[in-house]
Formats: sequence, structure tokens, C-alpha cells
Amino acid sequence: MLRLEGVSKTFFPGTLGEVRALRSVDLELATGSWTIVIGTNGSGKSTLQSAVSGAFPVDHGRIWIDDIELTKRPEHARARWIGRVFQDPFAGSAPSLTVAENLALAERRGQRRGLRQLIRSSSRARWRDALAEIGLGLESRLDDPIGLLSGGQRQAITLVMASLTRPRLLLLDEHTAALDPRSAELVIALTRRIIERDGLTALMVTHSMSQAASLGDRLIAMHRGRPWLDVQGDAKQIWRAERLHELFSEMRREDRFDDATVGIVVPAYR
Amino acid sequence: MTVLLSTIALGLVLALVGYGVYLSFRVLQFPDLTVDGSFTLGAATAAALMLAGWDPFTATAIAALAGALAGLATALMATRLGIEGILAGILSMTALYSINLRVMGRSNLGLVGVSTIFSPADALVRRLAGGAEVMLWGQAVPSDVVAQAVTALAAVLVVAAILWWFLRTELGSALRAGGDNPRMIRALGVSHEWLVTLGLMLGNALVAAGGAAFAQLNAFADASMGIGIVVIGLASVIIGRALVGQAAALPILLASVLVGSVLFRMLVAIAIRTGLEPNDLRMITAVVVLIVLVVPGLFTRLTGSKLLSPRAKGGPRAAA
Repeated sequence: MLRLEGVSKTFFPGTLGEVRALRSVDLELATGSWTIVIGTNGSGKSTLQSAVSGAFPVDHGRIWIDDIELTKRPEHARARWIGRVFQDPFAGSAPSLTVAENLALAERRGQRRGLRQLIRSSSRARWRDALAEIGLGLESRLDDPIGLLSGGQRQAITLVMASLTRPRLLLLDEHTAALDPRSAELVIALTRRIIERDGLTALMVTHSMSQAASLGDRLIAMHRGRPWLDVQGDAKQIWRAERLHELFSEMRREDRFDDATVGIVVPAYR
Repeated sequence: MTVLLSTIALGLVLALVGYGVYLSFRVLQFPDLTVDGSFTLGAATAAALMLAGWDPFTATAIAALAGALAGLATALMATRLGIEGILAGILSMTALYSINLRVMGRSNLGLVGVSTIFSPADALVRRLAGGAEVMLWGQAVPSDVVAQAVTALAAVLVVAAILWWFLRTELGSALRAGGDNPRMIRALGVSHEWLVTLGLMLGNALVAAGGAAFAQLNAFADASMGIGIVVIGLASVIIGRALVGQAAALPILLASVLVGSVLFRMLVAIAIRTGLEPNDLRMITAVVVLIVLVVPGLFTRLTGSKLLSPRAKGGPRAAA
């Protein structure tokens, strides 16, 4: 279970470009739930993920996973419980290391790194199975540098890496946004399979309304640093893609109205 | 033959610097300029200790340890105080100039007649050859030159083997991944700051060991001997990589540093033979590195074919 209590984050405080990215967010994600987060640019959806992963310290509030408080822990220490897939398909793996080495590093997530050899032959069969499941024929490329693979292939492997140790929380940050439609489809299918198979608690940010409508069991629309819409179960079913588009237009109209009133457009968020 | 063998010995000794630079610049992707200072620090420490009667092997080990401390200083500035890596290195390098003078007590120390890490091999060669000269391919070569080449080769092979083992351990692999992609290694639960610290300590320890060996090879240590050494180390790495390509496997990359270093010394020796002076060494170094950096790209542009293997996508720091 992930729990946020009164989490706030302001970027560039006290300047003209001040952005209140998160405004006292309270949120609780049940264990085994799959939450989709949508929102306009600058709504705070990515900041929400970064606050949880520890990419920066929050200004106020506290964050827990189950009974472990994360708030003061550095990013790398939180990785013990959190698996992540980034928007950039090249960001989740080390290009000069082989596929097997990347997987082995992920398998030791959150554990001490000692002087034992990283690759043990006993693991290879397991990795081969995990890669065969993706269906891209990557099981024969265990010893290739991962940098030689395509973005879609790498993102699929990153997803396997992020879920290999069955983390208590899986963070997916627009992880198909930079992929071609075919690869995106494949990665989404794999995401669904992994989350459902392992019963992972997942928080997925997306820009795709069709993904938001069809995936997950809870939907949160972020607006101006707060959850604006938060529906789950049957209530989520009625939020089809068209209706989500309408919601977006509404949120954008409000943003424009605000900008015109205040007279400031924050370049970094437009 | 004597010239060739001493060139090889020098190349092998400087391959230690190549490995240090390989760790910081290539593996960690940290432009570490501490190297200029830690090379001299290694030479100064070993020379001072040996003149004080220490055993040359212990003195060289302590010199490597001193190098590791220099790396630690740079790493702490870069990771804890948030100083830009290149500036942290420059600060260490500058401070080390004074420290090296303190260590030596003056600006240079002579080691003529002092027992060095090459002495045991020299004694062995003399015993085997039955005199101070060895006949190699019909030419008489002084035993100490043979001993230097043999000892340096053994030392470099041991270092390369240790690196090959280490870089495939859990920790060593994390170091490689951390250099490739800091964001990824943090997301996998390893502190990138710790990896930078470890890498710079190991790298500078190797450079200092190279400095210590260099001082013993040339029988002197000098406060300014480290100037430009980072480029010499880079030359080994870059020439080596130009030979084997970007995507070569780890053992081949490690071997390439050794070959690159020896090859580079040969190029320098040839340049000096054609009439350039030893004083032109730094310029020759810079020009050779420049040529090796530029030629592969130029080749690709002119012919449309790739001289090197394809570069890994999403390369250095793409995700940082």
C-alpha cells in the first residue's frame, strides 16, 4: 500500500516562475491496485511519481509504503521497494552492458552489491523464460549489449527488470509515450500481463486517453497539483476515452483562464 | 632492440595510467583531472619511501593508497559538496602540486642505485643470462631493460586480470552501469555517489601506481612529471578503442588499453626519431590523440562506411 499525507512541492519558490506542482496531496493506493494518472501538462502527475520515487525531497507531507516511511530516504534507498519504468525507453537500462547483465543488476535491486560474480549460470534459464514471455525473440540475445536493441525492445526489458523482484510498488511514467504505436501496444500488453500475474501495486501516468479508459482499476485526473477526479471500480467504467477528452478540454480552459488573469505563462510547463 | 624493449616497458608502465583513466573517463564517464596530480603523488610517495629505506613493493603499494586518497578527495568534492566534477579534479590537482613538493621535500628526487620493483627480475635475468647482457635475436640487450619489460608486462597483466574479474562482479557491474546511466542505477538501488567515490579511488590508485613505477623506471621523481599525463592515459584508451571499436566485449576493451599504450609510445618514439625533441612530447601526445579522435568520424563522412562498430544507443548520460 502506498500512502501520501499532505504532500506539497513547489518549484522555483518566490520567483516569477513559481510552480506549485503538488498542493497538499492525500492519497492511498490499496495493495494490488492499478491506478492510472492523467492530467494536463504541469498538472503534477509526473511530480507525484517523482515525489514517491525520491527524485527530489518534498516540501511538506509524508510518504509511506506499507509501514515504511520513505519521506526522508534517498532515491536509491527507496528502490528496494519501488520498480520504475521511465518515459525515455533508453533511460531504464545501461547500454554498454549486456541484456543478461542488466537483468542481473535488476535482480539484485535494493541488495548489497558485493564481489560475487554478477552473472550466475543458474539465473540464465529464468531470464530466458522471462524474455521469451515478451515474445520478441529476445531470449536469444542475452549476451548482446542492450544498447544495440530498439527502443521498444529496451522498454519491454526495462519493464521486466522493474518487476523482476516483485516490488511493492511499480511506477510507470508515460512509459509508452516515446514508442511507435506497435511497440507501445506490445509494451502495454506486457504491462497488463505482468501487473495481473504478480498482483503488483502500480501507479501509471499516461497521456493516452484510450489507455486511461481501458487499463487499471482506478483513475485519477490531476489538475493544478491535486487529484481532481478520483474514480474506481464501476465508477471508472463510465469514463470512456471521449468523456476523458471532454474533461481535458475543461481543465485546459480553466488553465487558460487562469493564465490570462495572472498574465504569466510558465515556460517550463507549456 | 634495446630501444624497442625500453619503449615497450615504458608503454606497459603507462598502461597502468591508461587503466586508471579508463576507469574514470570511460567506465564512470567522469572527466577526472586529479590524474595529473596523483601520478606525481605516486612517484613522489614511492621515491620518498624508498629513499627512506622502504622495500620498493611496499612503497609502491603505499603510493597507490595515496592515489586512492587523492581520488577520494575529488569524489567527496563532487558528490558531497556539489562541485562540478572537472573543477573538483582541477582543485585536487592544484592542491596535489604543493602536497607532492611536501612529500619529496624538494622539487625532485633521484633514485639511482636504489633497489626498485624491477630489481628482483633484473637479478633473475642476470642469473639466467650469466651476465649483465642478454642476447635477443642476435643483439645484446642490458639485463635491466629486459627486467623492466618483463616486470611491467607481468604487473599490467595482473592489473588487467583483476579489472576483468572486478568489473564483472556485482559491484564492478554496478560501477559500469552507473557510468552508463546514473538514473538507472539509482532506480535499481545503488547510490551513484558511492560508485563515483569507488571509481575515482580505484582509478587514481592505478594512476599513482603507474607514477610509482614510472619513477622507478626512470630513477627519478619530479614535481612536474605529471603534467599532461591525463592525455597520455587517454591516448592509450582512445587508440585502443579505435582499434577494437565501440561495442567490443570487456576483455577486448581491457586488452586494447594495454596495446593502445604500447602503440602510443611507439608512435612517440618514431616522432622523436624523425627529429622532434623530447620537449615536444606533450604536443605530439595532443596531436596523436586529436588524430585518433577525428579520423574515424572523418572516414565515415568521406566513405559513408563505419570504421568502428556501431555505437550503443542511448549512450553516455543520455538519461542523466
